[in-house]
Amino acid sequence: MAGAAGSGSTGAAHALPKDPLGSPMWTYHAARLLKGAPVVFDPRVRVQVPVIAENQHQFPLTVDARTVPGASRIIVFADLNPLTQAVDFRPLHARPFLGLRIKLDQRTPVRAAVLGGDGVWHVAGVWVDAAGGGCSAPPVSRAKGDWAQHLGEMRGSAWSEGGDLRLRVAMRHPMDTGLVENIPSFHIETLRLRDAAGVDLASMTVEGSVSEDPTFTFLLNPTREGPVKVLARDSEGRDYQGVIGPQSRPHG
Amino acid sequence: MARCLTRRAMLGAMMAAPFAASAAQTYALKPESVAPDVWVVRGADEAIAFSNGGAIANCTILAAKGGAILFDCGPSLVYAQALGALAQKLTGGPVLRVLLSHLHPDHAMGAAAFDPAIIAALPETRRELERDGRGFSDGMYRLLADWMRGTNVVLPGAEIKAGPLEIGGRMLEAIALSGHSGGDLAIMDRATGTLIAGDLVFHNRAPATPDADLAAWRRSLDTLDAMDFARLIPGHGPVDATHGPIAQTRDWLTWLEGALADAVARGLDMSEAGDLPIPPRFAGMALARYELQRSVSHFYARLEAAELPRIDN
Repeated sequence: MAGAAGSGSTGAAHALPKDPLGSPMWTYHAARLLKGAPVVFDPRVRVQVPVIAENQHQFPLTVDARTVPGASRIIVFADLNPLTQAVDFRPLHARPFLGLRIKLDQRTPVRAAVLGGDGVWHVAGVWVDAAGGGCSAPPVSRAKGDWAQHLGEMRGSAWSEGGDLRLRVAMRHPMDTGLVENIPSFHIETLRLRDAAGVDLASMTVEGSVSEDPTFTFLLNPTREGPVKVLARDSEGRDYQGVIGPQSRPHG
Repeated sequence: MARCLTRRAMLGAMMAAPFAASAAQTYALKPESVAPDVWVVRGADEAIAFSNGGAIANCTILAAKGGAILFDCGPSLVYAQALGALAQKLTGGPVLRVLLSHLHPDHAMGAAAFDPAIIAALPETRRELERDGRGFSDGMYRLLADWMRGTNVVLPGAEIKAGPLEIGGRMLEAIALSGHSGGDLAIMDRATGTLIAGDLVFHNRAPATPDADLAAWRRSLDTLDAMDFARLIPGHGPVDATHGPIAQTRDWLTWLEGALADAVARGLDMSEAGDLPIPPRFAGMALARYELQRSVSHFYARLEAAELPRIDN
């Protein structure tokens, strides 16, 4: 399946480079997720992860592609997760930098693909060993039964970091994958950050493989001083809104 | 989890018979004599891994009339069988009692090798084993595979209360504490002045925090620090004649708590906090980075919920 799909859809124009991680699903996912542009493996894309996946429901990673000129999109995916893609992030007036937490269903490559100004996908990643079941166990708030009481609660803060605005957002959401018996898929679908002038600073599509109570870190370049609006929508069409600022604290 | 355990137990049972002769995973246990009639079998100062068979915790053997007392019994059936045989060789008698310091599998899963009636632990440890034992079993089979052959979760059949404890004529003092987990047992051996501290004390090996309550842990360290002893056997790391390992464990926990709170206040995400610089005074501590990153996973979300203000109203 992997080989057939990979060789079939990429065509001769953009032959995929050999995967340094030797993943059995590389050609399949690359052809599907990174279609239409050439792909290179690029160590300038930094994927910062801990040495151990202590909690396969909350695996943290930070993607830093500030050294890839003109980076306009970051796709985070885990080859062997049943929900492969985690986010598709567009830093509009933001740095190509993103902190997030994802679920891991087993040992898998975890990767970031960054679309550079050169029209090429710059990819980096690492094998992460993980216990099974990250996508197929119910979230903590489902087990506790209090998810509805806290749905959409948002926390956040902003820090000044050099000329950028570091912004952290955490929101309560069960982020159901749809892979747990009797719990249909239910997750944040889009997240958007908007500055005081009404300009979108960043936007992102979010899949159920992002951890319960999603928590993100951004580096923004607002077009005007003032508060930043966080706008999220989930797969049932519920809208959530938060406002951070206008004051920020030093990131020391 | 229950399904996995059953399946793995069955696989274990199916595989044990035909491959018993060829599998031959054996632990080479080397007793270290630390006092008259007291031996320590040191664990590797490493993370649980296939390469060490999960034998990372210290186990203590005490001689008593008619046999041996074990304090902790390792990660697996095969380990604990070897430990029991070693104890028999050293003391000339069978294992009379197995004392479990706390619930964690590197100390407690070897209970599978003994009659539950001779296994004793604090009541809280039994409750925590009932809650987490099967999950630990899944994790240990995944990491250690054939090393775990035949190992089932066995709950302690006897309860330990704080106070004097006599086993085979050997006078011990049971110290019931908590903080590393919900129930942490330490033992003072009266005859030799040996304090067997379990995982309340780590020595030159970074403390692990998956079930930790840091404030309670520090109070327990104060209790141990107030005691006079000739030597201390930590849960992990080398035996020491001073209170140094207690101070070192406290130093790490205090640094860890402050560093994580500071990281959240500065706006770091979890993976960034896991890469925080570790102070040079911990340079000789095995697994410092590894345990820092585990601790980030254990504590960070709660710290964020406390530090980051609500923004949705």
